[in-house]
Amino acid sequence: MSRPILLQGGRIIDPSQKLDERLDLLLVDGRVAGIGQALEAPAGCEVLDVAGLIVAPGLVDLHVHLREPGDEHKETIASGARAAVAGGFTSVCAMPNTRPPIDDPAAVGFVRAQGEHAGFAHVYPVGAVSVGLKGEEMTEIGELGAAGAVAISDDGRPVWDSGLLSRALEYASAFDIPYFSHSEELGLSAKGVMNEGTISTSLGLRGIPNAAEDAAVARDCIIAELTGGQLHILHVSTRGAVEIVRAAKARGVRVTAEVTPHHLSLTDEAVRGYRTEAKMNPPLRAAADVSAVRDALVEGVIDCIATDHAPHHYEDKEREFDDAPFGVVGLETALGVCVRDLVVAGRLDLPELIDRLSCRPAKIAGLPAGTLAEGSPADVVVFDAEGRWTCQPEEFYSLSRNTPFAGQELVGRVVMTLVSGRTVHNRREDR
Amino acid sequence: MTKTVEFGKDLTGLEGLSLAQITTILDVAEPFKEISERPIKKVPVLRGKTIVNLFYEPSTRTRVSFEFAEKRLSADTVNISGSGSSIVKGESLVDTARNLEAMRIDMVVMRHGSSGAAQFLADRIPSNVINAGDGQHEHPTQGLLDMLTIRDHMGGIEGRRVCIVGDILHSRVARSNIYGLAKLGAEVAVCGPPTLIPHGIEDIGVTVFKRVEEAIEWAEVLNVLRLQLERMEAGYIPSLREYNRFFGISVARLERAPRDVLILHPGPMNRGVEIDSHVADGPHSVILRQVTNGVAIRMAVLYLLAGGSPERAEAAKMENRA
Repeated sequence: MSRPILLQGGRIIDPSQKLDERLDLLLVDGRVAGIGQALEAPAGCEVLDVAGLIVAPGLVDLHVHLREPGDEHKETIASGARAAVAGGFTSVCAMPNTRPPIDDPAAVGFVRAQGEHAGFAHVYPVGAVSVGLKGEEMTEIGELGAAGAVAISDDGRPVWDSGLLSRALEYASAFDIPYFSHSEELGLSAKGVMNEGTISTSLGLRGIPNAAEDAAVARDCIIAELTGGQLHILHVSTRGAVEIVRAAKARGVRVTAEVTPHHLSLTDEAVRGYRTEAKMNPPLRAAADVSAVRDALVEGVIDCIATDHAPHHYEDKEREFDDAPFGVVGLETALGVCVRDLVVAGRLDLPELIDRLSCRPAKIAGLPAGTLAEGSPADVVVFDAEGRWTCQPEEFYSLSRNTPFAGQELVGRVVMTLVSGRTVHNRREDR
Repeated sequence: MTKTVEFGKDLTGLEGLSLAQITTILDVAEPFKEISERPIKKVPVLRGKTIVNLFYEPSTRTRVSFEFAEKRLSADTVNISGSGSSIVKGESLVDTARNLEAMRIDMVVMRHGSSGAAQFLADRIPSNVINAGDGQHEHPTQGLLDMLTIRDHMGGIEGRRVCIVGDILHSRVARSNIYGLAKLGAEVAVCGPPTLIPHGIEDIGVTVFKRVEEAIEWAEVLNVLRLQLERMEAGYIPSLREYNRFFGISVARLERAPRDVLILHPGPMNRGVEIDSHVADGPHSVILRQVTNGVAIRMAVLYLLAGGSPERAEAAKMENRA
């Protein structure tokens, strides 16, 4: 085991314990050993002065694409896990839409092993709902869970067969495995490439109407209600979906929801000039939608923030808008975008933001994370909440650079990230 | 002389042009019309310039029109089309562009199936790029030649009521017409089956008619768009027969109009679908005038992007007069 570490004099924010105080944090044997005033450093302890910085439970991302196996030129599990800790994330859930997809226990084991081998963020596999992500035959959900999958999803595609969805939700509930839903009515999105509205009309690009998401979220909530299964709606982007989730929660449906930093920050204006780095699915929406998802996150109708980190090689994005793939990277910009647009903008305070980036997502997936309570894993992020920096994609640890935030000034910079009591990212030394 | 109107490197659409720029192109086209009426249809305006006509989608009218315009201005031209080129071997647009550039060309005229492709190319090569139609985005020279034709026959465009009829959703011609006509002060409307009208088009200042009778009652000019067979196959309309019955421009419908209505069509026509033959060939049709004007408009665009002065257009074309 590594040396004990004492983080001295930081502002510890741990919403799981309703803690927001200037205190010391002691990490021993990969666990939190104590929080308190002027803690004494045990023998051989590494003492780090973190005065003026925020010390919080490591961030948790329920939604990343690490591209391994199959597209290692875009990202590997190791490079993605390295990017995660650079962004303050100590736990990430890797979606199964790789090539081949993660739809059997051996593949789940492979993702876990690659994550452990890399030794950065904890990498938790998400298993497929259907064999080959084809939407036809249910995977061995119990086996996937036993092998380490923390959720099931066919992300990238909806489970369009309502019968299959209902059986999967029902069956997975026996194992307390949540279903992460990419909610999209394909008949309505109809091969669209951006939000449907005046901008798609003016650019001559096929639009994806809000209804494509609203209709699917409504169906998913109804099926969750029918089966009692645990439903988590990925990347909510529309005001209509917010209202549907709100109503479902009010009826007691077991549903949670996430929103991405880009849907909290940008509108479809960002697509003008045919900018493929602003092409993702669901697409960037209108201002009224951005405002609705922000309010929903503040109110708690949307539970948490997840990045939908979707790396693509520059060649794939350097092409005609119709032909460029959907997706943007997000692990290394999430905190900076969220502090700028939510905290500095006065919508959330820092404890509320950390709650939505760490505590709540950990609970949704049942991960041993999101808290600095004594005895819990020593997964910690240390960041400068006022640190201003310019997003320069060439500095990313991710193998891909496809971000819509390039050149923007962000606020809130990760200084240090610790996973299981080991310093795995340290800006003071690295750069 | 008024202040010279400047042009950028490229012509990707009419949305980004000013009223003065559009008017200048139309004005410069006027003297160029005459070149095509001479026995020897050639002036040395673009002598020594190399122009590539890069057509990713099939086109006869637009490609030939550009080629005549280029040749009558004495440019050297090369045609590259989808079949029989590296395009079909899967070379990316950016690589094709870089290779052309490496051969030291001056201008590219491009037709491409993806919206934004012209802008994409223009951002990546120093040559002038002229959009000859990109996906469902814009077809600026078609918009300009439509406006020149309306101006010729109506004496002006400001205050005129122009309705574009048909598949607005998928039409680059519609977008270029809407942007250009609005800048010149026309009132613009569209008419077609609701499945082929883009949502939110009212927000850019366009009136929508659901019934073609109402459009004809209102309009002084109808620009009738081609109805592509693919739209029926994709389920936007049930059948071409039904389309003709409810949206086709027929003599019977036009006879009920309170005035003569000028008829434009960008071609190629589906006679008996969006337009009846008696209308297409009738006294108020200016469809072939559009084709003639197309060459003059393209000459004007080539001349202006090559750096030609709007004031000198008349003199430039006289230089080689035998």
